[in-house]
Amino acid sequence: MLGRRAVILGLGGAIGAVAFMLGLGAWRTRNQPALNAVLPMPLSMMGWQMTDQRGQSVRPADWSGRPVIAFFGFTWCPDVCPTTLSDISGWLEELGPDADRLTVALISVDPDRDSPQVLGEYLANFDPRIIGLTGAPDQIARAAAEFRVTYRKVPRDGGDYTMDHTAGVFLFYADGRFASIIDFHEDRRFAVPKIQRILK
Amino acid sequence: MKPLIMPFALILAATTAQACETVTLGDLTIEHAWSKATIGADRPAVFYVEISNRGATDDALVGISTPAAGMPMLHETVVKDGVASMPHSMTIPVPAGQAVQLAPGGYHGMLMGLSAALKAGDRFPMTLTFEKAGKVTVNVDVLPLRAEGPDCLDAGQ
Ligand SMILES: [Cu+2]
Repeated sequence: MLGRRAVILGLGGAIGAVAFMLGLGAWRTRNQPALNAVLPMPLSMMGWQMTDQRGQSVRPADWSGRPVIAFFGFTWCPDVCPTTLSDISGWLEELGPDADRLTVALISVDPDRDSPQVLGEYLANFDPRIIGLTGAPDQIARAAAEFRVTYRKVPRDGGDYTMDHTAGVFLFYADGRFASIIDFHEDRRFAVPKIQRILK
Repeated sequence: MKPLIMPFALILAATTAQACETVTLGDLTIEHAWSKATIGADRPAVFYVEISNRGATDDALVGISTPAAGMPMLHETVVKDGVASMPHSMTIPVPAGQAVQLAPGGYHGMLMGLSAALKAGDRFPMTLTFEKAGKVTVNVDVLPLRAEGPDCLDAGQ
């Protein structure tokens, strides 16, 4: 689809800029064929380290052997994030016990406000199989660059702020290879089969 | 509503108040006013509603106000190049003969400065100001954080 390709190419440009600013450009030339520069890295090649909602340290290697659903958001987000979490909860319920074989993670782009405890309290409203990750700002930035995700703090009146962030849901096979993206608003008629593909 | 969501929606119907009141203001019909529960009062809440215009004149929603929040605003969630943002909307058009939805992932009221946390089952008033039709107040039902919308099967109630 032309529309989606345009979106991915646009995203790639933005991510490239972020990766450059973070000084993470090196792995791109070293590890990524040029054609794949706009797609998330395989999980097996990512190097972030974050903390889950129970306070446990998590690295990409901890996920190896399980298909992964990962997406970025923040708990102060009233519209996009609860909508995505409701959607994913619905998909997991439709998949039934098969979904127990997945690792499903919300990665916070707002570590200043999203402590592990805050993430745990928030996620208690959704399917219990969804975990939350937060951590040091440089580790969040590293994860975002490796997933080719952008996020940006947007100040609001009164010293408050919100976050713009990539809204898609990333799917990975059990061996860590990137599989596909479920776009925000994608119909579950397409979303659930995409997840079934990484469960095979 | 998508058929696969129905079982969940029906469970909601049994356990929560329904945002199924219909209010009219001139040619405008306002219904399905709902919000989501919040964790504490620090986080912003949302406001969703459906407005239809049976008249021959275009109108627009230009403001919202509620005792539940000190700083309510109209927002639109926009996804551009895969990145979601929520710019402020000065007005939300309600064209003649058409319906507009404030709904998850699109237009919404953003309720900042909550006076108290919103709990599922709560209900609060919201005054909508239209460019031409003027003001009207509706009751907003607070649904669980996970809710995807109220279930208002007109036939069944
Ligand atoms: Cu908003």
